[in-house]
Amino acid sequence: MNLTLKIWRQKSTNDQGKIVEYKVTDISEDMSFLEMIDVLNYDLVEKGDDPVTFDHDCREGICGMCSMFINGEAHGPNRGVTTCQLHMRSFKDGETIYIEPWRSAGFPVIKDLMVDRGAFDRIQQAGGFISVNTSGRTLDANAIPVPKEDADKSFDAATCIGCGACVATCPNGSAMLFVSAKVSQYALLPQGQVERKERVLNMVKKMDEEGFGNCSNIGACEVQCPKGISLENIARMNREYLMASIKPEN
Amino acid sequence: MALNSRIPEGPLDQKWTKYKNSVKLVNPANKRSIEVIVVGTGLAGASAAASLAEMGYKVKALCFQDSPRRAHSIAAQGGINAAKNYMNDGDSTFRLFYDTIKGGDYRSREGNVHRLAEVSTNIIDQCVAQGVPFARDYGGLLDNRSFGGTQVSRTFYAKGQTGQQLLLGAYSAMSRQVGKGNITLLNRHEMLDIVIVDGKARGIIARNMVTGEIERHSAHAVALCTGGYGNVFFLSTNAMGSNVTAAWRAHRRGALFANPCFTQIHPTCIPVSGDHQSKLTLMSESLRNDGRIWVPKFKEDAEAIRAKKLRPVDLAEDRRDYYLERRYPAFGNLVPRDIASRAAKERCDEGFGVNSTGEAVYLDFSAAIVRYGKAEANVKGLHNASEAEIVAMGKKVVESKYGNLFQMYEQIVAENPYETPMMIYPAVHYTMGGLWVDYELMTTIPGCYACGEANFSDHGANRLGASALMQGLADGYFVLPYTIGNYLADEIRTGAISTNTPEFEEAEKNVRNQLESFFTTNGTKPVDYFHKKLGKIMWNMCGMARNKPGLEQAIADIRQLREDFYKNVKVPGSTKGMNPELEKAARVADFIELGELMCIDALDRNESCGGHFREEYQTEEGEALRDDEKYMYVAAWEFTGNPSEPKLNKEDLVYENIKVSARSYK
Repeated sequence: MNLTLKIWRQKSTNDQGKIVEYKVTDISEDMSFLEMIDVLNYDLVEKGDDPVTFDHDCREGICGMCSMFINGEAHGPNRGVTTCQLHMRSFKDGETIYIEPWRSAGFPVIKDLMVDRGAFDRIQQAGGFISVNTSGRTLDANAIPVPKEDADKSFDAATCIGCGACVATCPNGSAMLFVSAKVSQYALLPQGQVERKERVLNMVKKMDEEGFGNCSNIGACEVQCPKGISLENIARMNREYLMASIKPEN
Repeated sequence: MALNSRIPEGPLDQKWTKYKNSVKLVNPANKRSIEVIVVGTGLAGASAAASLAEMGYKVKALCFQDSPRRAHSIAAQGGINAAKNYMNDGDSTFRLFYDTIKGGDYRSREGNVHRLAEVSTNIIDQCVAQGVPFARDYGGLLDNRSFGGTQVSRTFYAKGQTGQQLLLGAYSAMSRQVGKGNITLLNRHEMLDIVIVDGKARGIIARNMVTGEIERHSAHAVALCTGGYGNVFFLSTNAMGSNVTAAWRAHRRGALFANPCFTQIHPTCIPVSGDHQSKLTLMSESLRNDGRIWVPKFKEDAEAIRAKKLRPVDLAEDRRDYYLERRYPAFGNLVPRDIASRAAKERCDEGFGVNSTGEAVYLDFSAAIVRYGKAEANVKGLHNASEAEIVAMGKKVVESKYGNLFQMYEQIVAENPYETPMMIYPAVHYTMGGLWVDYELMTTIPGCYACGEANFSDHGANRLGASALMQGLADGYFVLPYTIGNYLADEIRTGAISTNTPEFEEAEKNVRNQLESFFTTNGTKPVDYFHKKLGKIMWNMCGMARNKPGLEQAIADIRQLREDFYKNVKVPGSTKGMNPELEKAARVADFIELGELMCIDALDRNESCGGHFREEYQTEEGEALRDDEKYMYVAAWEFTGNPSEPKLNKEDLVYENIKVSARSYK
């Protein structure tokens, strides 16, 4: 297939940036979207031009590094997949494809399609953990049974890959889906109870400081999330936050 | 060089306990003034950084990704082994130890492997305490499944995303320490050299990949937790950024590189579809719990399938060859990876392959779907369930176990594996070789440690499934935090280490010179051109089967490729700012040197063992034929200044606790 690509090019964080048009030819349907960009970049390097910078690593949909806004949708037209899992068979010969970076106040562009998601790390550092030091002498792993349903729900929340598609998709640039997934994972497990209140308060505080917007129940994040993280988590986080805010510590 | 593995004296099961009781300690006040650099933030790096920081050391952690959570441990699928014996199926520390040594075809160290088996149970306790949501049964207790090369169920898992959950657990522990200020996190930083002062590792040179700045970082010890080197083959299940550079630069500065030719080719990966392919995708070994591997019994059927005139689901049961069950009845589809890979290659080489390239076999879930469906029907009391209802229920169970893997497969291949068998073929997955380390995980550079896949010590010539996660976390949580104290106890008087010394100066200049050299050539070909060429040489001549003439040819080809690379590589831009092509160029330069060493090592080892299969050395039935008399040693290679002339050092392997015998899974 032959395609026209309209790609956001931006030299650095403070550069203005603009859409630049490229043509790629002889693209196979079996290629992944990123392999199609590889072909473009190979040609650009051969010509002595600057190749398109983008984040990617595992290329199997789990590391959360790839992050392209394709034809106005985070990770492109398919549901439940990351950009690296999107294949060219989802496009038509002759099509024009717009490719942009995640856009959000919380994610400054570093170069071209690559953004800085350090804010997610900082939110995690504010409380996304259970305070247990390495010792290997905590309780035996089977000492506290966890009902299967809770364990499964906790797991579902924990499968968030931290790619930021939720933020990029949200008209408010909200990170609520990401933060609530982490809060839910721990809130659903007995191990997470001790720091339950502090955790949600600290993580939400950090999230606000980092410049992410609020949730107004649009639900686009859930639709575009490559891992199907449920809005239920946001509802749970709101409850957790409310409980933590109104109940005195003692 | 005399190699001392420093295995403690005494009975096998007392070595680690004795070591811990007598190891030197650093008091808490002194820890605060001692710095440790941890390079890499996968399971080994993240767990080491978190644990060392909890203990009170000042830690700097580097990763080349945009966040520690991206490290490729995240992609590990199937599970993590531990000798908990929760299933009451006869498991024990000794059995895990024994299975690991045997699975590694008797080329790993008894002392290290037994320690690994001992701490395996602590890992599960630690991870559960951290909130890692492992799979549980209806009683709320932890569930287990089976992996290759064992006859017990000792693998803990979280669907097909165990690596993700374990890494996020270690990342959360690390994040807690970053929040407290005990770890300084350097994302998008790549180590490009190690700095040695008075014979000791005293820091590193790193490149800030966003600004392009070359930075000096000093420390009292450096831990390399930088993963494996499977990307030397270009196509592998590794992440695009996985590389050998940190380990290789340490090798060039004096760290010996052990058993580089021991690479693991994983039997169940999605087959290569074309030249455009940038990486290969694993389908977890856990699938072999429930999937049956087969090819057609008759060539005409294989041909009809390849020509798409026959659908695999329409092929009668008696016209299928379940070759693993046929050849290895005791272990069946759960033979170790090296054996399963070679068996697939053998069938495909004979003309029984099932995709258009002839390089694929089937992994079939139809029997499991019916089996699970019937069990569900019984549980629900539906004794008159129709076949369709049973299949529907069975698919649900299979989805709950492997849903994400089936979805991944469908994305890539555009076929529904619930309806038609998966097509799979072996691919490069893991490297057992790595930096030589002693019992304390220290390389031959004092103060430089290697943990996880980056070292060589535990898996011998073949790693068993679900043991990589175990080893990474064992090293980082439970081994290095103890052993590093033995070295650092002598560093309490050293004080802060200046980066303003001739050694740092020299190392920085060395890095700058290399990076700048890429812009002085008038090359025409992008880095990937050379990387793909290297990959082809390695896969064809140093892959699943090797022989003397092939390896000699490979060495000659690689030497030529190296020359061509430095003359003709084209890197756009400059050393300033973000430049992914420059990063790739520096990595491929190291892969080319490593590739040659792998072939030299494979040529030197005139035997077959584990993943190293020399065609000249096989039994009449086509199984690997070891030569324990001559090759029961670790080949530890020393860099001499010329990548083509490495010096071989040998560490003899001594087995005092198990009888060395021919590995049989029949």
